[in-house]
Amino acid sequence: MTKDSPVVSLKEVHKSFGALKVLDGVDFSVGRGDVLVLIGRSGSGKSTALRCIDRFETIDSGEIHVCGHRVDAPDIDLRALRQDVGIVFQSYNLFPHLTIEQNITLAPVSVKRMAKAEARERAAAVLAQVGLAEKLDAYPEQLSGGQQQRAAIARSLAMQPKVMLFDEVTSALDPELTGEVLKVIEALAADGMTMVMVTHEMGFARGIADKVVFMHAGKVHETGTASILAAPATPELAQFVGTGF
Amino acid sequence: MGLNLDFSVVLERWPLFWDGAVMTLKLAALAIVFGAIIGTFCAVGRNSGNRLIARACTLYVEAIRNTPLLVQIFLVYFGLASIGFKFSAFSVAATALAINVGAYTAEIMRAGFESIPTGQIEAAEGLALSRFQIYWHVILLPATEKVYPALTSQFVLLMLASSVTSQISAEELTAVANYIQSDTYRAFETYILVAIAYVVLSLVLRAGFWALGFALFPRRRRLGTAL
Repeated sequence: MTKDSPVVSLKEVHKSFGALKVLDGVDFSVGRGDVLVLIGRSGSGKSTALRCIDRFETIDSGEIHVCGHRVDAPDIDLRALRQDVGIVFQSYNLFPHLTIEQNITLAPVSVKRMAKAEARERAAAVLAQVGLAEKLDAYPEQLSGGQQQRAAIARSLAMQPKVMLFDEVTSALDPELTGEVLKVIEALAADGMTMVMVTHEMGFARGIADKVVFMHAGKVHETGTASILAAPATPELAQFVGTGF
Repeated sequence: MGLNLDFSVVLERWPLFWDGAVMTLKLAALAIVFGAIIGTFCAVGRNSGNRLIARACTLYVEAIRNTPLLVQIFLVYFGLASIGFKFSAFSVAATALAINVGAYTAEIMRAGFESIPTGQIEAAEGLALSRFQIYWHVILLPATEKVYPALTSQFVLLMLASSVTSQISAEELTAVANYIQSDTYRAFETYILVAIAYVVLSLVLRAGFWALGFALFPRRRRLGTAL
């Protein structure tokens, strides 16, 4: 991977679940420090495309390159890939039996063999970054949905990924809690983190996206800067933006 | 025809009861520890992608769950003897009980594993944890926590079922009772005392499991959630 090559790139990616074609020749790429926002109706393939980047789904054909890893290769070192890629899900998925600190230190200690004291320092740092410094010893169920999602982001950040993937991370939250999570993501973007996010928050997408990819029926239907949301070139995007989602 | 109970001759033999009760607890403890290990590995085996291992584990679980414990004990007892191995009745009893409770533990643990949301496992995979690390850190403890009441009930049942090993003369509580009643001709009194002793043993075991749960599941301790 050269300095200027994209951190994430998908080329002619096809993927079917049985007879249902979910990705039909998807192409997009994300440069270092850029924020790519994937939008589209439910079932348009955006979440599947995101999951393919971290190889939670395998593809039928095409190429996916992420941080120098050939993701579609059958012999890919998945654990090496996933040390470079952080992923945050809609349903937080914090480990309920561990405190927030233990949730965050688990992977650095187990995977990166980091000393426990150093991992705890890092946990405190990433929690402060997401505004949850005082929740170190809390269990997930003691936190609100927004706090849990911020803790999940902190857990990914503790692994110091090169790119972060966000899969509809605010869909389960009310507007107030959504705001606190989006602020954290905005701060990450301002710090130069490379990100790919699937979201229905159009206002947020307008403000943060370096690139917007509108997916429709498994294809990249329209792509461009955030300005395409204000002036869609296709009726499908116009309708999508008009209805909100 | 009046009921004439006389516990004195039976109670005189309390050291025998004590030894029998201790033996029952030892048998149960050994069977539970090894049964829990066998059962957990078997539950992992049934969930593994390896069809041969999964089938072997299923065969074991179904074979044990569909045959009587006494028959299993005889199979181990006479089976080992017929191929030239001679073990004490205690060893055979402990082995048979471990094999028996292992199968039930496997079923209970499998239910526990299946109760872990796939999202938890995906999150762990996303953090680059290995398969072993995921089982160890993300699945095992929460799964055990979820099925802990079922698991401990099964273990208490196992302790009670260990009375069947009296049939191969393992010197546990029921075997001792059989001996005492034949010695004193006070069968009813003897078995009343034995029943009380089993109740006490059950309570002791349940208290032990409660304390173990307290140690194993710090979240429940902190948040005051009942097991």
